[in-house]
Amino acid sequence: MSATMLVPLATGNRTLTIALFLAVVAVTLYITFWASRQSKTATDYYAGGRSFSGFQNGLAVSGDYMSAASFLGISGAIALYGYDGFLYSIGFLVAWLVALLLIAELLRNSGRYTMADQLAYRMRQTPVRSAAAISTIVVSIFYLLAQMVGAGSLVGLLLGVTSPGLKNLVIVLVGVLMIIYVTFGGMKGTTWVQIVKAVMLMLGTVLITFLVLVQFGFNLSDLLGTAAEKSGKGEAFLQPGLLYGKDLVGKFDFTSLALALVLGTAGLPHILIRFYTTPTAHAARKSVLWAIGLIGSFYLMTLVLGFGAAALVPTGDGSQIKTSAGNLASPLLAQAVGGGEGTIGGSILLAVISAVAFATILAVVAGLTLTSASSVAHDLYANVFKKGQASEKSELLVARIAAFGIGAVAILLAIPAQRLNIAFLVALAFAVAASANLPALLYNLFWKRFNTMGATFSIYGGLIMAVLLVTFSPVVSGTPESLFPSANFDWFPLRNPGLISIPFGFLCGIVGTLISKETHSAERYDELSVRALTGAGAEKAVVH
Amino acid sequence: MADRSTPAYGSGEADRLPAHDHEVYNTIAQESDFVELNRRYRNFAFPATIAFMSWYILYIVCNNWARDFMDTKVVGNINVALVFGLLQFVSTFAIAYFYARHARKSLDPLASKLRDEFDRETGR
Repeated sequence: MSATMLVPLATGNRTLTIALFLAVVAVTLYITFWASRQSKTATDYYAGGRSFSGFQNGLAVSGDYMSAASFLGISGAIALYGYDGFLYSIGFLVAWLVALLLIAELLRNSGRYTMADQLAYRMRQTPVRSAAAISTIVVSIFYLLAQMVGAGSLVGLLLGVTSPGLKNLVIVLVGVLMIIYVTFGGMKGTTWVQIVKAVMLMLGTVLITFLVLVQFGFNLSDLLGTAAEKSGKGEAFLQPGLLYGKDLVGKFDFTSLALALVLGTAGLPHILIRFYTTPTAHAARKSVLWAIGLIGSFYLMTLVLGFGAAALVPTGDGSQIKTSAGNLASPLLAQAVGGGEGTIGGSILLAVISAVAFATILAVVAGLTLTSASSVAHDLYANVFKKGQASEKSELLVARIAAFGIGAVAILLAIPAQRLNIAFLVALAFAVAASANLPALLYNLFWKRFNTMGATFSIYGGLIMAVLLVTFSPVVSGTPESLFPSANFDWFPLRNPGLISIPFGFLCGIVGTLISKETHSAERYDELSVRALTGAGAEKAVVH
Repeated sequence: MADRSTPAYGSGEADRLPAHDHEVYNTIAQESDFVELNRRYRNFAFPATIAFMSWYILYIVCNNWARDFMDTKVVGNINVALVFGLLQFVSTFAIAYFYARHARKSLDPLASKLRDEFDRETGR
């Protein structure tokens, strides 16, 4: 999933692809303006009026989660590395059990608009909200950069745009669309965009999976055998070890990645605030159950897509899939099962899957921008700066200005960040979420003694440790693929910081709690528990 | 209203609640129904979390350090590694299903009873 310049897609019908891209833009803009007329209050803007059903929000959560990195990246990794490409998706799925069992319903009952609301319920407002807002923004920006860098190369690739100037233009256009969605549509518009995208993605994936399976008479063993043979790697293609764990450092690096994937999801702010869009905790639970079903089936299908691409499309050196680092595996497979290059069926399927990928990018960047803007307006402006005395109107104005500002910053950062590896940025976002956010959320819910200093220690400790370890890892310096290939300050051997930074975040929470003499937060623990478990006094849906 | 002498707390959402709400919350926290709800929730959620995390970590460890075992063929071209991976999907779906059933049968009735009590006591 490298973002370096890739070979453009020379095949397919470019006019058709562009027409479908424009259709996606038109539909999503229509949804946005419809939603902007429906949105009146802060609850509408931040939480979509809490009026989405469990199924609707389940689709939206899935839409937020199945980013271009997982749609194109995982099938591409399977196409190139076989079995090892499948490992990402397992961590991504199992992670939902943490959200289901420990976080979703309790958060829905005890919070309001942002992740910080939940922590701030029994803590001192200013330090906890500032820490939570900083970590929300850092995680969201890493994730946002991954999506925007991906958008630049991907849309360029799918439309056959090669020049760096035009690629930058694509990034700017994606950024402008995302600002429009978030500024005008708020959570209501963004959620509907996610729902439309999730339905498109599932339908497209089911169709291509079905067409692949038909070619192999629904015999999985045949599919795997052909993929292994065509990959040129034989048996090894179906076994662990082509991508991860080649030596001892590699094995620990993989373990570190696996931990961040499974513990990161329940600490991702853009996923957490989705649970506020449902009217009750019961609906929040249903939305996670739907998400587990949808995301699980989706990853099972990417297994077929990845091995299907390996079996049916060339993946050797110099092939389009290899030079695109796997990102083109799904679109090219769609073309192949539609009849092949130059056929009408092949061109149509290629254009449809490209449009699905485009819709995916637009929806995910909108969700991330909204999360950051909400945290700036609700946590930093209304509660830290104005001490809870801001009017709803001024808070919403700040949210819209923040969406604009974050969008602009994301565009400016994404243009030079095109050298960075997308998978690395996503993995870093997960590592920070698992190290900084998850310890604070879990301690707050389940440890009475936990207090303000514990919360700020775990958030800052986990965040700083994760970022420091990556800075001194081979990702940044010491190897030819590093960000600074000529420098050598890579004293931490692992590319993934989770193995150290996650336990460190948990440890900081304990240390901070024990050295503080604060008792107020423990006095409110019973109140928070009752609220979280029963939903007594929880925020209600808006009735228009 | 909240006590203005402690502005660091006084701006929080919980501080804007009427004092009576705090009393009701604390009363409910001591009731046997709530203690039972909390116990039922934790007795499911904590062991289940330990179980799926151990099962997942075992899978990761086998990928790293039990390669011969993982490479064993089960049927046709399908090996232990793939079956183990697919079993992670099965266990995830199963735990989600059992939690949903447990919540519906054992947690929801108690939670809604206590919620009604809160609404009645606070006049909502």
